[in-house]
Formats: sequence, C-alpha cells, structure tokens
Amino acid sequence: MIRVQREDFDVGAELKALTQGRHEIGGVVSFVGLVRDMAGDAKIGAMTLEHYPGMTEKQLGEIEAEALRRWPLAGSLIIHRYGRLEPGEQIVLVITASAHREAAFEACHFLIDWLKTKAPFWKLEDTDKGAQWVAAESRDDKAAARWVKK
Amino acid sequence: MKILWFAWLRTRVGSAEESLTPPPDVRDVRGLLAWLKTRSPGHAEALKNLDVVRVAVNQTYVQADHPVAAGDEVAIFPPVTGG
Repeated sequence: MIRVQREDFDVGAELKALTQGRHEIGGVVSFVGLVRDMAGDAKIGAMTLEHYPGMTEKQLGEIEAEALRRWPLAGSLIIHRYGRLEPGEQIVLVITASAHREAAFEACHFLIDWLKTKAPFWKLEDTDKGAQWVAAESRDDKAAARWVKK
Repeated sequence: MKILWFAWLRTRVGSAEESLTPPPDVRDVRGLLAWLKTRSPGHAEALKNLDVVRVAVNQTYVQADHPVAAGDEVAIFPPVTGG
C-alpha cells in the first residue's frame, strides 16, 4: 500500500492496521525517516519536500511490487510526506510484514534504499546560511546498487 | 508537449510547467534538451550540466535516446533526494 500525504502518520496505528487479524504474520519491520537539524555545518530550521504527483505514486507502487516479487511478504506499507517539515518530524514510513523476520528485514531495507534513489522527491532546506536544495548522495546510489540482481 | 520542471531546475527556468511545440527535427530526449537550452538564459543555466539532470517521459525514467512526441509529458529534474 502506498500513501503520499502532507499530514503526519501514527506508526503504532499503522502497524496495528497492517497486522490486525493476520495471524500468519510472524515478524514486522518498520523504518521511520526523520528530519535532522543539521546539514553539514548548517543548522536547519525547516525543510520543504517537493514531489511529482502521479509519478511519485507510480514509482512507489513499482518499488513495492518489486519487493513483493522478491520476498514472501504478508503485507507492506509506504507512507511518504511532502510539504514543509521541521526537525524531528517524520518524513517517511516503510513497514514490511512476513511469516519470518528475514524477509521482513530485507524487504524493508530494500524499499527504503530504492525509494531514496527512485521516488521523485526533492528536499529544499531552510538553513541559517540560506535556502539550499539537498544534493543527491553517491552513498545512496551505492546503497541501492547492492539490491540490483546480478 | 507538456514540459514539467522540478526543484532547482524549476527555479532556474522560472516556470513549473510549459506547453511547447518543439520543431519537427526534435525527435528524442537529447534533441529536446538541446532545443530547450536555446529558449532563455534561465533554460541554458538549468541545463548547463546534464550529468545532474534526469528525465521522465510520461512518468517513466528514460535515457537520452528515448523518443519524444507531441502528446508526451516530459519531466526534467535533478537527482531525487526523498526518503
């Protein structure tokens, strides 16, 4: 399941909703991304996440479908926020559920790594040194590349 | 053809969306970017370094040799930074 929204999310409520009555699930893994207050040596007051409505949902759906092809998941959820966010706020939630923990751990890791390099979001940081667009990091490409099938 | 600009490419071009009719010799993404560069100093500045430019046609990532046609939605943006 994919949700792209401005509003915050409740991790506990989402975990419960995904697993309720699903007694075949033996393990659930969640990843929550938060807004940091520092970027290098600049202090961040807030950030604004811009995205490409339509393509965002399409890309996240394709990434989720790929995870479902690779691992025996009983359920999955990706929530990604957009708009203005302050340090400490939640940006992204990835939940994976499976009969056994290995699939849930690996699929969750895969989803956040791929999402970071494929979903069309851009961060504009409002810092004490002015507004700056966040540059893509090569370490994110490397993290995603480990999941490319040889 | 609908052209969408995002993030710092949008601020340099000065517009989020343009409805354009490229000349008939523009047949692929490479040709489209070369033509867009000539439209204004802002466009030229935005497309100065194509190493940091990504293109999606009809919401799918494509390479420079991908064809473009009249009804396409072509999005031009920097490498993504979500998550």
